Amino acid sequence: MPINESDIAKVAQLAHLELAPAELKIFGPQIVEIVNYVEQLNELDTTNVEPAIGGFTPEGAKTDSERRDELVPSLGQEKALEEAPDPAEGHFRVPKVL
Amino acid sequence: MSRQTVEAAVKAADKLNETLNAFLYIDREGAIKRAETSSSGPLTGIPVAIKDNLCVVGMQASCGSRILGSYHPPYNATVIQRLLDAGAIIIGKTNCDEFAMGSSNENSAFGPVKNPWDIKRVSGGSSGGSAAAVAAGIVPVALGSDTGGSVRQPASLCGVLGLKPTYGRNSRYGLVAFASSLDQVGIFAREVADVARVLGVIAGRDTHDATTANVPVPNYVESLSGDLKGLRLGFPSALFGKGVDDEVAKSVKDVVEFYRESGAEIVDVELPHAGYAIAVYYIIATAEASSNLARFDGVRYGFRAEDAPELRQMYRKTREEGFGPEVKRRIMLGTYVLSAGYYDAYYRKAQQVRTLIKQDFLNAFKQCDAIITPTSPTPAFPIGEKVDDPLAMYLNDVYTVTANLAGVPGLSVPCGLSSDRLPIGFQLLGPYWSEPTLLKLADGYLKARPFTELPPVRA
Repeated sequence: MPINESDIAKVAQLAHLELAPAELKIFGPQIVEIVNYVEQLNELDTTNVEPAIGGFTPEGAKTDSERRDELVPSLGQEKALEEAPDPAEGHFRVPKVL
Repeated sequence: MSRQTVEAAVKAADKLNETLNAFLYIDREGAIKRAETSSSGPLTGIPVAIKDNLCVVGMQASCGSRILGSYHPPYNATVIQRLLDAGAIIIGKTNCDEFAMGSSNENSAFGPVKNPWDIKRVSGGSSGGSAAAVAAGIVPVALGSDTGGSVRQPASLCGVLGLKPTYGRNSRYGLVAFASSLDQVGIFAREVADVARVLGVIAGRDTHDATTANVPVPNYVESLSGDLKGLRLGFPSALFGKGVDDEVAKSVKDVVEFYRESGAEIVDVELPHAGYAIAVYYIIATAEASSNLARFDGVRYGFRAEDAPELRQMYRKTREEGFGPEVKRRIMLGTYVLSAGYYDAYYRKAQQVRTLIKQDFLNAFKQCDAIITPTSPTPAFPIGEKVDDPLAMYLNDVYTVTANLAGVPGLSVPCGLSSDRLPIGFQLLGPYWSEPTLLKLADGYLKARPFTELPPVRA
C-alpha cells in the first residue's frame, strides 16, 4: 500500500499533531521508508495463525485480576489537580470547545 | 556506613553529570537525609538511580520529554515502593530517550547521555542514564525499562549487566506506558548478585497491574552457583551473520567456547522468524504508543501550549511543541497502522507474526535451557551518526526486540572490550520465568572471566 504526503498530513491530523510544513517534509520520506520496510511481513503466509495478544506467558494469560469490592483510598480532587496546567474551582479548565 | 555510601554516590553523580549528563535530577539533601532513617531490609542504605519514566514521590518524572517537564507524580510505582520498603536510597532520576523511544539516548529533550568509555559516543538507549550511572560507578544498581532492548542494549554499550525479566514478572504500575504489551522494568548492576537481590525485591504479583503473573518469586541469590555442567545452551548461528561487527561476533563466539569448556552442551537452534522481528516490533510498539501517548493533551498534567483559544487547537499545539521528532514519528506510524482500512494489513498481520516468533522460542526451548546472541550488533557508535536515519537506528535492536515480542527474559552480560576499548556484551535469552538460569549462566561466566576493566570517566 503506497503511502504519500497527503496521507501523512491526514495521519498527523488523526494523531492531533500540528506539524510544520518543514517537519512534514522530513517525516514523509522517513515514514514511507519504514512502512516499506515493515511490508516485508507480507512474504509470510499467516492464513491460519492466531494473532498474539500481548507478551503474555501461559501463567500471565490466566492471571486472575479479580479483587474484593472494597473501599480503598484514592488520590482525591486536590491532589489530582495539583499538576494541572489550568485548574479552576476543583476542575480541569480547558479552552472553549465550540 | 550507609550515610557515607549515599553521600559518596550523590557527590559522584553531581561531579560526573557535567561530563555524562546521566542524571536529570539529583536529590542531594533528601537522599542523605533518608540514608539516616531508611527502613531496614535486604537493600538497606544502597544508593540506586531510577530512570525518569518511573514514578517516585517527591521527584520529577519527565520521561525525557518537554511535555512532562517537571511533572511530579502523586504516587510511587510499585517497584519503587518495594525498593524503598527494602531500605534502598533513591539518589536521583536518570536521563533517557523521550518516552523510552530510542537506542542512543539522543532523543532526550535534555541532551544525550555520554558513554563513560568514550564521551563522544552514545550510551545506548533508551535507559542510557541508568546504564552510564552504573558503569561510571556512581551507583551499584539502577532501574530502567525495556520495551525493545532499552535495558539490555545500553547495558551492553556501557559494559554492565542488564536484565529484562519475563513479561509479568515486575509490576508496570507507575511506569509511564510506552507499549504496554512489551514494557517491563529492568535492572542494571555490575555484580550478578546485585541483579539477583534487586529482582527478588521488586518482582511479584501486584493488584495494581493485572498483567503481573501469580508465579512465586524464588530466591534468586540462591540460584547462583558456578556449576554449568549439563546446561544446554542454544546457538542460533544464523544470527551471527551479516550486519554484526567482526569483533562482536568473535567475542560472543569465545563466550560460547567458554560455556562448552565449562561443561555446558552447545545446541544449534533456529529462530526462523527472527528476521521479521524489527518489522513486527515497529508496528506493535508504535500502535500501542500512539494510543498510550494520547493522554498527553495539556489538560490534566504537564505542558500546555499558550495562545490556543480553541480546545482542539490547544491539543495540537501542545503536542506539537511538547513532543520531540522521534515521538511524533512513532505516534504517526502507530496512528497510520491502526487507521481505518489498514488495521488488518499491518497491526493484525504483525500480531500474527508475533505468534510465529513466540512459537520459534517455544520450539527452541524444547532443545535448550537458554539461547546466546550478541546484545547489540556493534559497540557504542559516535553521537550523531544515526540521528537522521531512523530505520538504521531501529536495526540496533535486532537481537533484543524478540524477547519483548515473545515475553521471555533476557540478560546482557559484559564480555570484553573492542580494539577501541569499547565494551561488548552477549545476551542470554531463556524460557518464561528462567531468570535463575540466566543469572546462574552469567555468574558462572563472570566468576571465571571477571570484567574488571574500568571506564575512563568514573567515580
